[in-house]
Amino acid sequence: MPTLFQQIQAGTLWDFHGGIHPPVRKSQTSSKPVAQLPLPDRLYLPLRQHIGVAGRLIVAVGQRVLKGEALTSADNSMAVPVHAPTSGVIHSISQHTSAHPSALPEPVIVLVPDGKDEWRERRPLNIATSSRHQILERIQDSGIAGMGGAGFPTHLKAGMQQPVDYLIINAVECEPYISADDALMQEAPTTIVKGIDILCQLLNPKAVLIGIEADKPIAIAALKAACSQREHYYVREVPVKYPSGGEKQLIQLLTNKEVPAGRRPADIGIVMQNVGTAFAIAQAVLDDQPLISRIVTVTGETLRQPQNVLALLGTPVSSLLDFCGFQSEAQQKVIMGGPMMGFTLPDLAVPIVKTTNCILAPTRDELPDNGPELDCIRCGQCADACPATLLPQQLLWYSKARDPAKLQEYNLFDCIECGACAYVCPSEIPLVQYYRVAKAEIREQQREALKAEQAKARFEARNARLEQEKQQRLARNQQLAAARQQTQPNQNQTVAEALARVKAQQAEKAALQATDSAKDHQQILAERELKKQQAREYQAQKQATAAASAADSTLASTSDSSVDSKAAAVAAAIARAKARQADAASSPTVEQTTAAEPTTQDTADPRKAAVAAALARAKARQAGQTNSTMAEPSAIAAEPEQQDPRKAAIAAALARAKAKQSVTATVETTVTEPVAADAAAMPEDPRKAAIAAALARAKAKQSAAPAQETAIVEPAAADIAVTTAQQSLAPDTGIQPDTAGNDDPRKAAVAAALARAKARKAQQSTEHQTTEQQLSEQRDSEESKTE
Amino acid sequence: MTLLNALLALGTLALIFGALLGYAAIRFKVESDPLVEQIDDILPQTQCGQCGYPGCRPYAEAIANGDDINKCPPGGEATIKKLAELLGVEPKPLNAAQEVAIKRVAFIREDECIGCTKCIQACPVDAIVGASKQMHTVIADECTGCDLCVEPCPVDCIDMIPVADSVERWKWDLQAIPVKMVE
Repeated sequence: MPTLFQQIQAGTLWDFHGGIHPPVRKSQTSSKPVAQLPLPDRLYLPLRQHIGVAGRLIVAVGQRVLKGEALTSADNSMAVPVHAPTSGVIHSISQHTSAHPSALPEPVIVLVPDGKDEWRERRPLNIATSSRHQILERIQDSGIAGMGGAGFPTHLKAGMQQPVDYLIINAVECEPYISADDALMQEAPTTIVKGIDILCQLLNPKAVLIGIEADKPIAIAALKAACSQREHYYVREVPVKYPSGGEKQLIQLLTNKEVPAGRRPADIGIVMQNVGTAFAIAQAVLDDQPLISRIVTVTGETLRQPQNVLALLGTPVSSLLDFCGFQSEAQQKVIMGGPMMGFTLPDLAVPIVKTTNCILAPTRDELPDNGPELDCIRCGQCADACPATLLPQQLLWYSKARDPAKLQEYNLFDCIECGACAYVCPSEIPLVQYYRVAKAEIREQQREALKAEQAKARFEARNARLEQEKQQRLARNQQLAAARQQTQPNQNQTVAEALARVKAQQAEKAALQATDSAKDHQQILAERELKKQQAREYQAQKQATAAASAADSTLASTSDSSVDSKAAAVAAAIARAKARQADAASSPTVEQTTAAEPTTQDTADPRKAAVAAALARAKARQAGQTNSTMAEPSAIAAEPEQQDPRKAAIAAALARAKAKQSVTATVETTVTEPVAADAAAMPEDPRKAAIAAALARAKAKQSAAPAQETAIVEPAAADIAVTTAQQSLAPDTGIQPDTAGNDDPRKAAVAAALARAKARKAQQSTEHQTTEQQLSEQRDSEESKTE
Repeated sequence: MTLLNALLALGTLALIFGALLGYAAIRFKVESDPLVEQIDDILPQTQCGQCGYPGCRPYAEAIANGDDINKCPPGGEATIKKLAELLGVEPKPLNAAQEVAIKRVAFIREDECIGCTKCIQACPVDAIVGASKQMHTVIADECTGCDLCVEPCPVDCIDMIPVADSVERWKWDLQAIPVKMVE
């Protein structure tokens, strides 16, 4: 019994299961010479034209590139670059319909040829002296990916570390119509053989088997002649049957070996390359010509001259069709690839890519549409035709039932999507489409499962981290507690001492108070009376000014509503904020009185006012942010103004502080002074006011922190505001704001954030113009008042 | 006498088996409930809490203790089906009002981010990077689309955007191919 190798040497051929014999229709194109396509107006070069990842873009829009220059660089092994097919200028890098059945847009480089076709510098390799690594690098850098249809990066296959028994060159080209490889073999058999030599140098196989379908006699003769000098190159004629060009099918035909499910040919010591790939390798290594063009069969009965053309990659399909005399009929179908495995193009602007071997534009009679799909009658013809010995009818059943487990049990992933089953189906069921959908769904589920696993791992890692942090905190606390215990005796003593001191002080104070209390009481009463008086005066004055500017609607509403103190507070705050906003937008010189005047009303209800103030502050900050560029030139002038919105942010009780500030800031003290004094007198309950002030201060602090980053406000502004608040508060109420300041910073923070968010929304809706108008109105009213 | 022998024999056997079983119970003790593990593996691990439990594992434990299997919107029908199969119960329609949503990921409008780190603390899978007062951003690949970061954001700068359809993820939706008349 002869060994397998002997059998192969003797020229034995085997057979694979199933297969079909569709009409071949290759004669229209196979006997004609390959035509050269003229330069198109634009070339659309997808960044990714193979299986794997896109290279990194290394050109910019407007850059001039030479023919053969790399446009992307391969930064990992799964990437291969794309090259400029001719010299020209990069017009744009944009989204364009992809050469994929989904026709989803994908990034492309649009190149406008300049017609000079100017080559970059070329450095051919001498294969005798160059290392394996150099050759592989050249293959990758030349952008070579499998040209049979799958587009797998060639350098990965050619750089295989496993021992290789057989290198199979796939020149079968079993799909009807397509004759691109046939034409290539007729035109350049010696270059192809040189490419095979390079592959042999890389892979060192026992034998090279070149499989060609028997209906290409000229190509067979040409290759046989070219291989005559090589000892272990065997050109094998395989019988005409579809899909003998499938990888696994051809391996079975030539070596009687079967690739196990889910494995690759390399696992059984076989590497297969397309004949076009071998040609491209020879060109890349020996001529330093990267993959920038390929032979495409343009055929179909709607073309006057169906032929093979040498097209630059990136040429739109429409250019090829026009070149071949395309006369479209109604509802014309244009297919990229063969009639069995190709896909219909949604758009003729789709470019030729590295894997495009055929453009088919058939008439309706030539390639009729599928009839309506009928029910499966379980005739079993599909199972007879399946070259992968699957059970298509079962797969259909489970695809319809969406049962991934069963589909995998029936080896759906061994389906090569050749379409033989759909071709023989008497019910005209588009079986392959069902499998494609099912495959995509299963892949999606697998991806999801993988993601879920990763998410779980991350979730657990996070929990572990949080737990660890908690433990650390606990340990630290314990340590601190222990440290405290050690110093306990000491502390006890100091506490006792402190207590003694406090008692002594209290005793002293009591003695003092006993003498002073009567006098003090009188004084306080007098002060209070004075303040009340001032408040009444101010109220009267204010009403007078309101009446004077009754025509002014904005102010009128603000003043009139002072009857209802709550509403007034809110309205005043809003008005004030708008004024701030407008001020920040237009003029850096601001009248401090605007802030002082309306805020005095706020003191009526400190709580409400605090909220309103926060709102206003947020608005003001927003305005400050958006107009920061405008305010910058006049930085010095803007500073007090920027401080002002900050002060506006401070709650109602801080109106006093503002008034005082305004007194120092503005020259016109005549009006503002009493206002300031009145404002100081306004709160009837000093305690309440103090709390409100503290609350506001906390808010201001909270808001000041993020504001420091975003706005151009001086970081000190908030501090200034706070200190002025303290200064004004100390004499007024006699309560230290510091102690009250920490009252409820948390609550204040929440309120501040809320106000900020609201302000953002409000800002979007507020028209710039209206604010400006309000500003001018406000100004008018201010002027009228000061007069 | 025979009766006594039989009793003795049976008693001895019972003792031996009892000892064996007792030993096996200690020696081959299973650490945790394997059913919970199995359920947890089926759940989509978005950790979104839409089921009312703080994460997928607590829900898995709840299911093992008899809770409904239809409380997981991210998992959708597929998960319910698998759970029903595993537990031998009837699959129920999804409980939550929302239908199975399209897959989405969080996206931070970076201009508006104030750097509060609240979303980082909310993210169950650490898919948001950033630091205090620095801009934050979402690692789209790691985002499970759980929505948990949207609520805490004080300035509402987080959007949930649908994952863009890519050539790899395209599912041969044959009706969705834009059919254009070629003339």
